[in-house]
Amino acid sequence: MTVKQISIFVENKIGNLAEVTKVLSDAGVSLHAISLADTKDFGVLRVIVDDSYLAATTLKEQGYIFSITKVLAVAINDEPGGLYRILTLLEESKINLEYLYDINTRKSDYAYLIFKVGNVEEAIEVLTKNKVRLLCQEDL
Amino acid sequence: MGNYFQPEIECASQEQIRAWQDERLVKQVKHVYDNVQMYRERMDEMGLKPEDIKGREDLSKLPFTTKDDLRDQYPYGLLAMPLEDCVRIQSTSGTTGRRVVAFYTQHDIDLWEECCARAIVAVGGTKEDVVHVSYGYGLFTGGPGLNGGSHKLGSLTLPMSSGNTDRQIQFMTDLGSTILCCTPSYAAYLAESIIERGLRDQIHLKAGIFGAEAWTEEMRHDIEEKLGIKAYDIYGLTEISGPGVSFECEAQTGMHINEDHFIAEVINPITGEVLPDGEKGELVFTSITKEAFPLLRYRTRDICILSHEKCPCGRTHVKMTKPLGRSDDMLIVKGVNVFPSQIETVLLNKGYPANYQIIVTRVNNSDNLEVQVEMTPEMFSDSISEISGKEKELVGALKAMLGIYADVKLVAPKTIARSEGKAVRVIDKRNLYQA
Repeated sequence: MTVKQISIFVENKIGNLAEVTKVLSDAGVSLHAISLADTKDFGVLRVIVDDSYLAATTLKEQGYIFSITKVLAVAINDEPGGLYRILTLLEESKINLEYLYDINTRKSDYAYLIFKVGNVEEAIEVLTKNKVRLLCQEDL
Repeated sequence: MGNYFQPEIECASQEQIRAWQDERLVKQVKHVYDNVQMYRERMDEMGLKPEDIKGREDLSKLPFTTKDDLRDQYPYGLLAMPLEDCVRIQSTSGTTGRRVVAFYTQHDIDLWEECCARAIVAVGGTKEDVVHVSYGYGLFTGGPGLNGGSHKLGSLTLPMSSGNTDRQIQFMTDLGSTILCCTPSYAAYLAESIIERGLRDQIHLKAGIFGAEAWTEEMRHDIEEKLGIKAYDIYGLTEISGPGVSFECEAQTGMHINEDHFIAEVINPITGEVLPDGEKGELVFTSITKEAFPLLRYRTRDICILSHEKCPCGRTHVKMTKPLGRSDDMLIVKGVNVFPSQIETVLLNKGYPANYQIIVTRVNNSDNLEVQVEMTPEMFSDSISEISGKEKELVGALKAMLGIYADVKLVAPKTIARSEGKAVRVIDKRNLYQA
């Protein structure tokens, strides 16, 4: 019920972001979602890819520093209040949401968001109990 | 002819200076041999007896003292007097974070302050002057040294210490400071601040004594122009006493070494061979009058040139150039000694590999220290706040070790420049040393 996110350390220098995307595309890795968080001197590039294993081995070979994190791909009803409902469910269970960003999938009935939560297992339990749809890696 | 604090000493004949040095060195070697185990052992190993040193001509027979010796002998190993005869310590940072502690008897304080008084008089100071001391006070020798020199001279002394620019400027204008003593970078900063506040015509400074860090002729002209003063250099080190080991006179062409207290030599830093006047090498000092912490042939690691050429100021003591570089990797940042090994120690203590680079810049005459650290998988996390937390921890540990703020920058692995496999640890962009 989770998807794998790869977080890559990127120094704040012109061309560094382009370089990572080139490394991944040269290896034939395709990106489903991408988000960049940055500070004064460095950034963390978070990606969801079609082949995490290929992406990880490629990055490792190229000397990149990265980590793999389990995140949730949550289906949101594409209507007003869709996101609010889910955030309320998490809040009521006191589950901390660290960040979120959107993801494109071939499924068009819903909008999908990537959620990084404090307690993954608990979040899965709360959300599935409330009939919120979560995607697995294979669904992407 | 200029003004002197002690003309009979400062303008003594070469023969007289030599006679003082001969007599005092013989006495000092005996004192050190009798009271300091390290020197006794070294001399014994070399088969050297105190009586073998009959004067200055035998100086080169004596062993060198290095910063490592000071570290190894910390805290009391080099103390040559009973502790109860000591009245003060001053301290400076050592190579691996262990500090160097120097002890002073009242006699040692007196001679140090006398040297500083000579420096103040050399820039035109008299007892009518208001001496504004903006060097740091405390363990650092800058503040206490010039403060003491100004007292000896009988000038009104303002023990300002560093920082609090508004208060500095207020005292300068309200109390009419005439001589400013601080690091050259702080002088430049104060000059800027005075001009910014439009108070240039309300200050009464006529001269400045600026030391404890390297500065260029451009910086001198800049400060002189901005403050409308003459800016003079002063040199010293805690190990030998503090500021005032040598000082600049009105000629502004090098610093007179107080040879009645300190014998200077310039050596080839690799072979240890003593070099003649005019040749560039490492400056070595022997303190011949200090009681508590007398060092024989202490290697300063500062590269300079000595000259006995006649000085128009009338002083006869040998002159040294500004340091032209270092024979080790020590940096002076904001007047504080920084060794790359200290930064390495912090990184290793925190569990990081020692892949780092130190970048020193000077922006608007103020030093900036940046430590770039290569990111490792262990340090990395998906959470920005976690990484920032580690970064802050590192900044804190560096501050504790170095005593000054260093900006930490995390960089990608293998991006720190390596030349021939050896990492370049220090990039000093300040261009402080002029050929």
